[in-house]
Amino acid sequence: MPEMTYREALRSTLVEEMDRDPRVLLLGEDIGVYQGTFRITEGLLERYGPRRVIDTPISELGFIGAAIGMAMLGLRPVVEVMTWNFSLPAADQILQNAAKVRYFSGGQVSVPLVIRGPNGAGVQLSAQHSQSLESFYGHFPGLRVVAPATPADARGLLRTALRAEDPVIFLEHAALYGMRGPVPEADYTVPFGQAAVVRPGRDVTVVAYSRMLHLALAAADELAQEGVECEVVDLRCLRPLDMDTVAESVRRTHRAVVVQEQWPLFGAAAEVATGIYERCFDDLDAPVERVTGEDVPAPYARNLEKLAFPDESRIAQAVRRVLQ
Amino acid sequence: MAEVIMPKMGDAMTEGRILSWRKRHGERVEKGEVLAEIETDKVNVEIEAEASGILHIAVPEGRTVPVGQVIAYINGHPVGPAPEPQPVQTAPPPPAAPAPPPATERVKASPLARRIAAEHGVDLSQVKGTGPGGRVVERDVLAYLERRAPAVPPPAEAEYEDVPLSRMRQAIGWVVTQSKQQVPHFYVTVEVDMGRALELREQLREALGEEGRLTVNDLVLKATALALRQHPDLNSQLVDEQTLRRFRRVHLGIMVATPDGLIVPVLRDADRLPLLQLAKEARRLVEGAHAKRLRQEEYTGATFSVSNLGMYDVVNFVAVIQPPQAGILAVGRAQERPVVRSGQVVVRPVLQLTVSADHRVTDGVGAARFLTDVKGLLENPARLLL
Repeated sequence: MPEMTYREALRSTLVEEMDRDPRVLLLGEDIGVYQGTFRITEGLLERYGPRRVIDTPISELGFIGAAIGMAMLGLRPVVEVMTWNFSLPAADQILQNAAKVRYFSGGQVSVPLVIRGPNGAGVQLSAQHSQSLESFYGHFPGLRVVAPATPADARGLLRTALRAEDPVIFLEHAALYGMRGPVPEADYTVPFGQAAVVRPGRDVTVVAYSRMLHLALAAADELAQEGVECEVVDLRCLRPLDMDTVAESVRRTHRAVVVQEQWPLFGAAAEVATGIYERCFDDLDAPVERVTGEDVPAPYARNLEKLAFPDESRIAQAVRRVLQ
Repeated sequence: MAEVIMPKMGDAMTEGRILSWRKRHGERVEKGEVLAEIETDKVNVEIEAEASGILHIAVPEGRTVPVGQVIAYINGHPVGPAPEPQPVQTAPPPPAAPAPPPATERVKASPLARRIAAEHGVDLSQVKGTGPGGRVVERDVLAYLERRAPAVPPPAEAEYEDVPLSRMRQAIGWVVTQSKQQVPHFYVTVEVDMGRALELREQLREALGEEGRLTVNDLVLKATALALRQHPDLNSQLVDEQTLRRFRRVHLGIMVATPDGLIVPVLRDADRLPLLQLAKEARRLVEGAHAKRLRQEEYTGATFSVSNLGMYDVVNFVAVIQPPQAGILAVGRAQERPVVRSGQVVVRPVLQLTVSADHRVTDGVGAARFLTDVKGLLENPARLLL
């Protein structure tokens, strides 16, 4: 299996799908001439021309609205948001139109739209640009919300997104773009709503996704030195949410820690923890622990930023607590 | 933490009244000190502390509570405000409100620990918790179970196990229930002197070797089939309340026990099969039943059945009729027995045969005549060779 970076996995999948399907086109700020702030669209303007790689003005509400119209009329637009924080001006279009057109039209009109870009914190972008919006978007029926943590899943989930009939909130992570990993070639897809057990273990289930997965795996390595075997589950997709895989794991381990990057209140970790209580109450030997970001706007200063977000040792501590 | 409960002072005592607390709410008490005075219908008694610690009074003076109810805690219970005392009553109490539900202390335990405890009948209050804040967790219940395993007889749940009935066992259950509920069985037994039949068996084996191999059951099958020809009421089935269908052919069901349950392969035209051929066919069917390779027509359509427990040390037994058949013959083991012949006691191999018959189609005399014919054939076995 070839190795490539998360960035290359995204870019090569875009290229393959654009080659395969002429309805796929790209819109976004600085994706053409500048080749993308995070270089995901490198060389694509040259390859596909300005009708399929469209540099937009700084006007998310406008160009995401335009992309929704394109999708309703049969195209398959892919919008790059420079970071997911910039989707907020377009939240009205995304939540009130994209998420609801299929429902409002009784299934007559769908919106096969992918919005992708970096989500989350940890790269010193300060309070306005370090937010994790999966809980926000995951709240709304009509959307699909995915958050790949590896190059392989970036490829598999992006391909599924590009072929889906519903709007997909595709949450990348800026801290992962340079990460290398094995990536299956050819027509590799990862279905929505399928979590993965990425490390088996019998003592405790650690649930994570996106950047947090790698912290969870690092914590699992650390805990293995102490003889603690963590089973690490990568959610991969938040809507639909695969609670079956999580519950199956917790029924084996009887203990669970759920990790998320963003704020604790009303977050994905709370949702997963509740799902565990609903399905596995009689299997639990300890309360479910959450590891989350601190309940503050993201600090810019590196030392404070580190304190505001989960790290390996906080995950390991939570695991030790549930194992008491 | 210790609970102080209303003690039971004699079999007739169901409730008691707290006359007075000798210690104050929140006061430190030492083990053995008198805590309170209790009034029962017979005597007044003092309650002593069974542990040392801070007293938390749960039931005020003057209150009557059922035996076993917690009236105070020593240690471990938050010491809140003391409950309101009631004046000690000297007159008969007015119709009182029902006693408050007993205050039970909830054991801190994980859901998994609770589940395992419930499954094994473990009282969680007996288990020491090692989890955070003394929570009882899985390992505590497992350790408790391990400790108590040798000392205590197996828990209630381990006294039996529920296993699903095989489909075959379910089917047999249905058939025999129907039979016993709806078919009026009656039973007749005869003893057969098998001496000559066994001699015949020996002669055939000597003369023919393997080809001449016969079992006692083969002889019984043949005799039964020939006798049924003379007693068609037993080779029959009730079609409805007015009609008996007598079969012109004799198809004998052979009861075969397998690990899954009974299979009844059918020996067709058993009356017309020459004895050695019958033996061969019977052997083939029994082997087929064990190997589960019988075709449907090989285990359906019997007109009468034979059940043989002779391979076990069974003298006689009664069998359950297989509806819609009208009878079944139960065959025991041929045993050497002293019998009287011409005024002399001699030892003969004796076989007991018991027929179960449907009283709607025949009666005791009919069954007796049938059995007499079977007996006659076995005691004069040359006719089995005809």
